[in-house]
Parts: sequence; structure tokens; C-alpha cells
Amino acid sequence: MKDMSKKRIVATTGASTVAEAMRQINPDVVVAYPITPQTAIMENFSQFVANGIVNAEYVTVESEHSSMSACIGSSAAGARVMTATSSQGLALMHEMLYIASGMRLPIVMPNVNRALSAPINIHCDHSDSMGARDAGWIQIYSENAQEAYDNTLQAIRIAEDKRVMLPVMVNLDGFIISHGIEKVEFLEDEKVKNFVGEREPLLPLLDVNNPVTYGPFDGLGGFFMEHKKNQADAMERSREVILEVADEFAKISGRKYGFFEEYMLDDAEVAIVTLNSSAGTTKYVVDELRAKGLPVGLLKLRAFRPFPAKELAEALKHLKAVAVLDRAISPGFTGPLFGEIKSALFDLEKRPRLINFIYGLGGRDYTLHEASKAFETLMDVAKTGKAKKTMDYLGLKEVEVLA
Amino acid sequence: MKLKELTTRKERLTSGHRLCAGCGAGTVVRQILMGTDKPVVVGCSTGCLEVSTTIYPSTAWNTPYIHTAFENVAATISGVEAAYQSLKRQGKLDKEIKFVAFGGDGGTYDIGFQSLSGAMERGHDMVYVCYDNEAYMNTGIQRSSSTPRGAWTTTSAVGKAEPGKKQNRKNLTACIAAHDIPYVAQASPSSWKDLLKKSKKAFDLKGAAFLNVIAPCPRGWRHASDATLEMARLAVETCFWPLYEVEDGEWKLTYKPREKKPLAEWLKLQGRFKHLFKPENEHIVKELQEKVDRDWGKLLKLCGEG
Ligand SMILES: Cc1ncc(C[n+]2csc(CCOP(=O)(O)OP(=O)(O)O)c2C)c(N)n1
Ligand code: SF4
Ligand SMILES: [Mg+2]
Repeated sequence: MKDMSKKRIVATTGASTVAEAMRQINPDVVVAYPITPQTAIMENFSQFVANGIVNAEYVTVESEHSSMSACIGSSAAGARVMTATSSQGLALMHEMLYIASGMRLPIVMPNVNRALSAPINIHCDHSDSMGARDAGWIQIYSENAQEAYDNTLQAIRIAEDKRVMLPVMVNLDGFIISHGIEKVEFLEDEKVKNFVGEREPLLPLLDVNNPVTYGPFDGLGGFFMEHKKNQADAMERSREVILEVADEFAKISGRKYGFFEEYMLDDAEVAIVTLNSSAGTTKYVVDELRAKGLPVGLLKLRAFRPFPAKELAEALKHLKAVAVLDRAISPGFTGPLFGEIKSALFDLEKRPRLINFIYGLGGRDYTLHEASKAFETLMDVAKTGKAKKTMDYLGLKEVEVLA
Repeated sequence: MKLKELTTRKERLTSGHRLCAGCGAGTVVRQILMGTDKPVVVGCSTGCLEVSTTIYPSTAWNTPYIHTAFENVAATISGVEAAYQSLKRQGKLDKEIKFVAFGGDGGTYDIGFQSLSGAMERGHDMVYVCYDNEAYMNTGIQRSSSTPRGAWTTTSAVGKAEPGKKQNRKNLTACIAAHDIPYVAQASPSSWKDLLKKSKKAFDLKGAAFLNVIAPCPRGWRHASDATLEMARLAVETCFWPLYEVEDGEWKLTYKPREKKPLAEWLKLQGRFKHLFKPENEHIVKELQEKVDRDWGKLLKLCGEG
């Protein structure tokens, strides 16, 4: 048995890293339903339950709709509760996502990003979490297993902060991160315990001496709009909480987080904006191109909701051209992130040229080749001041597919 | 249980709610909640009971209450109960608390069937009560899989080509009995003593219990609002809604009408069946009677009375 009181550096998968975070958080209730590639998280957790090393009531439901429903019930009851999902599971929960946030319940859920059907495909893209964009959940993205671990721990604190009281989704890329093996540094159990503390529920259902009604009907004569404004205000307040929690986390881990990470951005003329694991590949190419003297950089977004529009505009305003990478597509529009970055830059007096690349759908590789191509196009846009195409695909096979 | 003593119990569903005059659902809920004097957390699926009792910023519930959505009250209460088990095991809570989920027939027979089945199979320590008014009343009387054959609803309309609902209703009580849970019963607010006994059993035992309770709806059934309990009573006396229980797999009749009344007596009093008494539809009444007879015969056998 490893000594959990010590800091441990191990080689492991993203899924077991998230499971380890869950073991250390030690929630009161964990609700589980299998879906590839998330399943690996819950299999790990099931073993913790079997070994008797966690406190959680482990509820193995019959669908993801029920898993989110049970999470809502548990959280309203006053428990600290977690679940995890992917793709179709998140889509099946959709109705309940809004109810979790509308009831202001601090549920934390890792989402292992996977494409939505059809055609069915089990591999990574971000169509699942992008589809839940407006569900009122805080959405945090993770480049690698270490970040998935760190973000999961921080999510508990962000969600439960009384200024926030909103559910948090921690995203990590399916297979690429969930099943790839990387070096991860785990904090000591005791440190995590102190960092996450105990949940202090507000108006829990199980306080039977002070009965409360959760989920009333709030129609035309009521306060629906005021409730929604309160909820939106809480999301606004989560901005400062995300930063405060990150500062506190840096003190115990030495690892710094913010709304986004800037990589070689200060003196760059062109940059890529992206989410999750593609940032790793992009950094490598940035290094290569920098060695050749090219002014390239990267911005890796961590907080997608709340969306740090002001800070993004500040960080990107000096660039000549920016390529936004989207691992999802909104048919009839562009990639979803592109539209948001574009609107964030709208108020700038001088805006960079913006282009959008759709990449990696259904797990299609995003390699050094694709990243280099994106930068090549960007350099051309910067030079000519014109983009041949506002939106294009990276890594598309040149074959006829039946339309 | 003495009636006098029951009247002194604290009401958990208070008056002032907005259920229609004569609504069976309110009566069923109050009777069910008299089955325990322990604190109870109530869950409710979307439907008449839910919208009429929690119009924000008011609430008619004097006890902790949660509604999340239509199809998932069983899953929601599973989560509440799981939280309770965990906090109790960890010593963070020491009270004994009971859990009950109320679902309409739409929220139970149809859209909530899966989450109910899951919760029962997992064996949460909870009571699930279906208040069965045999249609989606909250949205304006649409057919459900509990609606009897021949009934008019707004989605099983009556016209030249169609005589109301074409399909027989689902035997949900038997479906849940097939889950092999500790306790399943069928009850009626017209037999309040029987209902109370069943509710008490359901609350007292450890594990999952399911009660299916007929809850006439004057609006949807098209009967007078002071005839609700009479409608429930006739459903029992005609053997359309037999009173029985399945305890640890043992089927037992808890009431046997001295004389089984013809089904038509019950049908006749409800506007939703009015068209069945036209000459061209007489065969439907006959076939409905035959079905009741067949089902009653089967039930008697299961209960060792056949
Ligand atoms: C997913 C979903 N589908 C449909 C509805 C609309 N809806 C709300 S209540 C209801 C009918 C409820 O019927 P039942 O469960 O029988 O309860 P009753 O109103 O009859 O008491 C329907 C269809 C909904 N709220 N959610
Ligand atoms: S419509 Fe029927 S079920 Fe709904 S409140 Fe009125 S009587 Fe009750
Ligand atoms: Mg109904």
C-alpha cells in the first residue's frame, strides 16, 4: 500500500487521476452510470468502495437522467455529491442540468469529452459539453491528467462557495487524456481534505425541523425572471471565486491557474486559441516555430463558463491574426468557441483577424502537422491582412463521403 | 389506529392548496402521510399534485419537499435517501427519517417507468406512491397507459371512427410486484383503514415499497366533485380496482366485495365513458366486463382464493 500521507508522483491515466481526486475528496454520495470513456473513472471508484476506503453511498442508477436526478436529490438533501459522464450521457441529462443549476446545487461532475451520435463514435470531441453551454453550469477545461486532477479538486471549492452555489463540470478529453498515461503529481490526502473542507449546506432537505420546498411552480405571477437573474449573478460572482480558489490551490500545490493560460503570447503576432489536450500539441509546435524565429503563441482557455470575455480581449488585442480551434461544430454557424471569441473581441478598437478551424471531430487526430498548418495559414492571414476562408477544417480526409 | 387519534396528527399537506374541489389526489396524499409519525421527506413528479401545492412563494407542504421533473421522482428520492444513508453512517445525522415519492400515473406508468423500476431494483428505503387518476390531468386530460380502454381523453378522442382509447390499461401493480421488492399494494381512499394499514407497512419496513392508489379526478373523469370517494368505492366494488398486497412475494386480497357489482354501474357515472352506452359501443362495455372478470379470477388464484 502506498503512503497516502506523502506527495506522490505516478504515471497513470486521466481517468484514474480523476478517480483519485474523488477518493481524496471523499464525497458523501457518488452516483454512477457507465459510458465510454468515462466508465474508467467509476470502475476505479467502485474498487475504492469495495475496498472500504471511501465514505460515499455509491448509487448505481439505471440511466444518466437518473444519475443527475439522484445527484440533485442528494445535493438538496445536504450531501456532497459527484458523478461523471460523457457524450450521450450528458445529452440524456440535459433536462436535469438546468434543474441542478436552477436549484443552485453545488454538484461536481467530470465530463470526459466524447462526440455525440450520429454516427455513433466513442472518441473525443467537445460537442457534448458545448451542447450544455447554456445550462447554467460552470465549465472548466483541462489540458492533461494533472489539470483534470487539479481542476476536480478546485471545482468542489468553487461550486460550494456561498457566493456561487452552482454545479461545476470539469472537462477532459476522452481517450487522449482519460486513457493516455502521463506523469501526475498527487497531493497528500490530508492536504486535499483540508483544502476541500466539509460542505456546509444551505437549507438542506434533511433538516426536518425546518422544512423547505425545493422546485416549486413559479409561473406568470411569480418570480421566475428574478430567480434566473440571481442565478446569472451567481455565475458572475464565480469569476472572483475561481481566481481566489486558484490562488489558494497554488499555495498547496505550486501549480498556478487562471481563466486561461498564455503561452508565448506576449510578443506573438499570431496565436491559436484552443481548449483541452490540443493545447499540448500546439505548445510543441509553438516551440518549433519560435526556434525558427516565427512570432507565434497560444491561448489555452480554462474557464469557458463563466466566459472571461474582457480578459480574453485584453490578452489577444495586440495580435495580427488569431485562429480559434473548435472541436465541435454548430451547423449553420461556425464552431461555438469561435463565435464567442469573436464577440469578446468586438469592442476592441483594433481587432486581430479571426479565423476558425474545426478539428478533431470524433477523435480525428490533431497532430503536429495540423497545428503547423493552422499556423501557416495564420501567418499568411497576418501578412496579407486577408483570410481566404473564415472557417475551415483541419485533418479532413479528401474523399467523397455520401452526403 | 383510531380515527380520533388520526385527526390529531399534524397535517403535512395543509389546506389552501389549489387542487380542484373534490380532487382525489389530495385525499390520497393526506391518508398516505398518516401512515407514519416519523419525519418524512416528500418527492413529487410534475403533475397536478405538484403544481397545485407549491405555487411560489407559497407552499402547502409542512414537511421537506422536492420536485425536480416529470419522469424522475423515484431517482430524485433515491438520491435524497442515499444522502441520508451516507450522512447517518458517517454520524453526521442521527434522526430517523422516512422517504416518499408521489407520482401521477403519467409520471409512473409511462415516462417515469424506468426510473421507478431502477429505484425499486436498487432497494432504496423509500415508499413510492402512484396517485392514479388514469390520465395526464395537469396538461388537460391526455391518455396514459393507465387510462382504461374506451375512455375519452383529449388524445383518445371519441368520434365516428374511434370510440375513445383503444388499448387496455397496463397492470402496473403486477409489474412492480415482479420486481420482488418487500412490499407492493393496491389501495383506495374509499377504504381508508385498508389504505392506512398498507401505508404504515410500507413506511415501517426496510427497503423499497410501492403503493398504487386510485385517485379519481372529477375534471378528467367527468363526475360531480362530491362523488370522488363514491367513484373510488365503486371501482373497488366492481373489482375494477381490487385491494390487495404482495408482501415478500405472497399475494393477498385485503378486501373481497360481498357481491361483485357490474362494471357498468361505475362507467355510467363518468362522462368519460358516456359514449360507451350508445348501441354501437355496447360490445365494448361487455368486453370490459369480461376483462375485469378475467383479471379478478386470475387475482383470486394468485391470492389463493380461486
Ligand atoms: C419531460 C416532460 N414531458 C412532458 C411534460 C408535460 N407534462 C407535465 S405534467 C404532465 C402530465 C402529468 O400526468 P400525471 O403524471 O398522470 O399526473 P396528473 O397531472 O394526472 O396528476 C405532462 C405531460 C413535462 N413536464 N416534462
Ligand atoms: S384536474 Fe383532476 S387531478 Fe388535477 S387537480 Fe383537478 S381534480 Fe385533481
Ligand atoms: Mg394522472
